[in-house]
Amino acid sequence: MKILVPLKRVSDPDNANKIKISGGKVETTGLEWKPNPFDEYAVETALRLTENGANPKARLGEVLVVSFGPKEVETTLRAALATGADRAIRVDATDDQLDGDLVARALKALVEKEKPDLVLLGKQQVEGDSNQVGQLLAEYLGWPQATFAGSIKSENDTALEVHREVDGGSMVLKVTLPAVVTVDLRIVAPQSVSSKHSPAHKYADGVRFAALMAIMAAKKKPLVEVKLAELASDTALKIKVTGYEAPPARKAGVKVKTVAELVQKLKTEARVI
Amino acid sequence: MAQILVVAELSEGHARKSTLSAITFAKQAGLPFSILVLGASTSAAAQELAAFGAQKVLVAEDASLEHPLAERYAPTVAAAAAGFDVIAVTASSYGKDLAPRVAAKLGAGYAPDISGVTNSGGKLAYKRPTYAGNAYAHVEVTTPKQVVSVRQSEFLAAEASGGASPIEKVAVAPVDAAASRVQFVRLEAAKSERPDLGEARVIVSGGRALKEKFAEVLDPLAGLLGAAVGASRAACDAGYAPPELQVGQTGRVVAPALYFAIGISGAIQHLAGMKGSKTIVAINKDPEAPIFQVADYGLVQDLFTAVPELVTELKK
Ligand SMILES: Cc1cc2nc3c(=O)[nH]c(=O)nc-3n(C[C@H](O)[C@H](O)[C@H](O)COP(=O)(O)OP(=O)(O)OC[C@H]3O[C@@H](n4cnc5c(N)ncnc54)[C@H](O)[C@@H]3O)c2cc1C
Ligand SMILES: Nc1ncnc2c1ncn2[C@@H]1O[C@H](COP(=O)(O)O)[C@@H](O)[C@H]1O
Repeated sequence: MKILVPLKRVSDPDNANKIKISGGKVETTGLEWKPNPFDEYAVETALRLTENGANPKARLGEVLVVSFGPKEVETTLRAALATGADRAIRVDATDDQLDGDLVARALKALVEKEKPDLVLLGKQQVEGDSNQVGQLLAEYLGWPQATFAGSIKSENDTALEVHREVDGGSMVLKVTLPAVVTVDLRIVAPQSVSSKHSPAHKYADGVRFAALMAIMAAKKKPLVEVKLAELASDTALKIKVTGYEAPPARKAGVKVKTVAELVQKLKTEARVI
Repeated sequence: MAQILVVAELSEGHARKSTLSAITFAKQAGLPFSILVLGASTSAAAQELAAFGAQKVLVAEDASLEHPLAERYAPTVAAAAAGFDVIAVTASSYGKDLAPRVAAKLGAGYAPDISGVTNSGGKLAYKRPTYAGNAYAHVEVTTPKQVVSVRQSEFLAAEASGGASPIEKVAVAPVDAAASRVQFVRLEAAKSERPDLGEARVIVSGGRALKEKFAEVLDPLAGLLGAAVGASRAACDAGYAPPELQVGQTGRVVAPALYFAIGISGAIQHLAGMKGSKTIVAINKDPEAPIFQVADYGLVQDLFTAVPELVTELKK
């Protein structure tokens, strides 16, 4: 199976509370960059679908990673190559030249060229939480989608059974490939992904780390640059951000000493019970 | 004048409360609106929604719409959107799955998770949370048609205003090729007598600290208060609570009248999903836990003694 995984770098989500806003803009200087966590899960999922878990060195398919961003996102791409992806493409653009719709339209052109069987994306990138690129791409391609996947079972690599994490439970779908799947957190649990190569392997929880040797070897894996204009003729944005503001601060309340005091305050002060 | 089409979200033939928040969005935008109801059985929901002051309630009813699959719903929503300028869906797993496909069909820009709207001379501008709730972005959609998803936690549910909007049938659009390649297998709905997180007036949420005693400790409190149960991501990841209970940036976003954070540290991603709650109570044995920075009432105690005591005290 050939799988395309789009990945975005984001400012370190563990530092999200260091975000500063000045003059209506978000200050990103001084923030560390990390791959979007959900995209790391998508790469892990793609690797699991294209290997035998007992012998992961033998790649049994192709995993192609792509990122839209400036030169520095090559670090993110190389990291994915080091964990096992085969090839990388960087589409040259800065964040303010992009919105979800443009990324999706450019990805469509890339899909038509590369012809993957599956596009695996994160369900959302954690800066904008836009949650749309996968669905837009599916519609532009005329492909089925399975969003918020918590587990994937590949049936002979022609169809996938996907458990989607939806409000109030789990929705099970069967999609015929080629298709678009976006992944949720639980996809990297030990037995969330299975395929014909590896029907019952139990993985360690979470994403894999690259060994030093693999990091060295990844420097030699192919990484090409493509211009945005080669993939999209119309680069007009559909969403315009006119500014940012800090949210109103919620002020800390009081500490109560006893359970009885808490109940009394909830009853007579907050009047919520 | 511009018009809004609110796409209803149904559960077992009835409108979910999230739909009523989307109606409030339409009212705040100050534009006339209609409501679109899709499903295999729509009459109860259409009747309910006729009392909210919509110009019309449009109904697309067909057996093929029994399950909310985006590939099946999007063509009909896009067709019904002719004559409307803004298409508003709920920012739930249902709406987020569907809205981008509708936007792509219409060539429209899509602004997700709207938490505020302003209308200046007919031009709508939106506010939406970014960076785990640490910054609000002001956005405009540049296309003639606009698609938005509306955060339930930020718009109070609309109240029925009486009256009866005319109910009209609309055509179910022919499905495209994608629909034939996706098959609904089943819905594994969480079995619970508790209210849904989005609809509950009180939520009792637990964190990693509860360990295997998650249900044992929280159920009596939730039961007593008629509350929904929520959880931190760490509690879900560890398997103490099922995934659909996760509250936060990447889980459910809630704003009940009363939120209990029990054994939850208050990571920024958790706060992003609950800091709109009216009253927040935190129980944590660490006085420095960040959750106390947003809690109206903080109790520094061991939860394993405090929660049972709370149950006893409330029963008095
Ligand atoms: C991209 C991304 C997305 C995320 N999305 C979410 C999300 O949507 N929702 C979410 O919740 N998290 C999310 N997280 C995770 C988040 O960063 C935290 O790791 C998580 O919220 C921590 O959960 P916790 O508070 O239960 O656990 P901990 O941080 O381990 O806190 C446990 C707390 O319990 C207290 N405690 C321990 N024992 C007792 C006791 N006996 N009595 C009283 N108190 C006790 C401790 O003092 C501590 O404060 C996300 C993280 C990332 C990177
Ligand atoms: N600039 C980008 N480069 C590569 N992939 C992206 C980019 N932006 C979004 N994506 C992909 O689309 C997914 C959903 O992003 P979004 O719809 O923006 O929340 C992400 O998890 C990525 O897989």
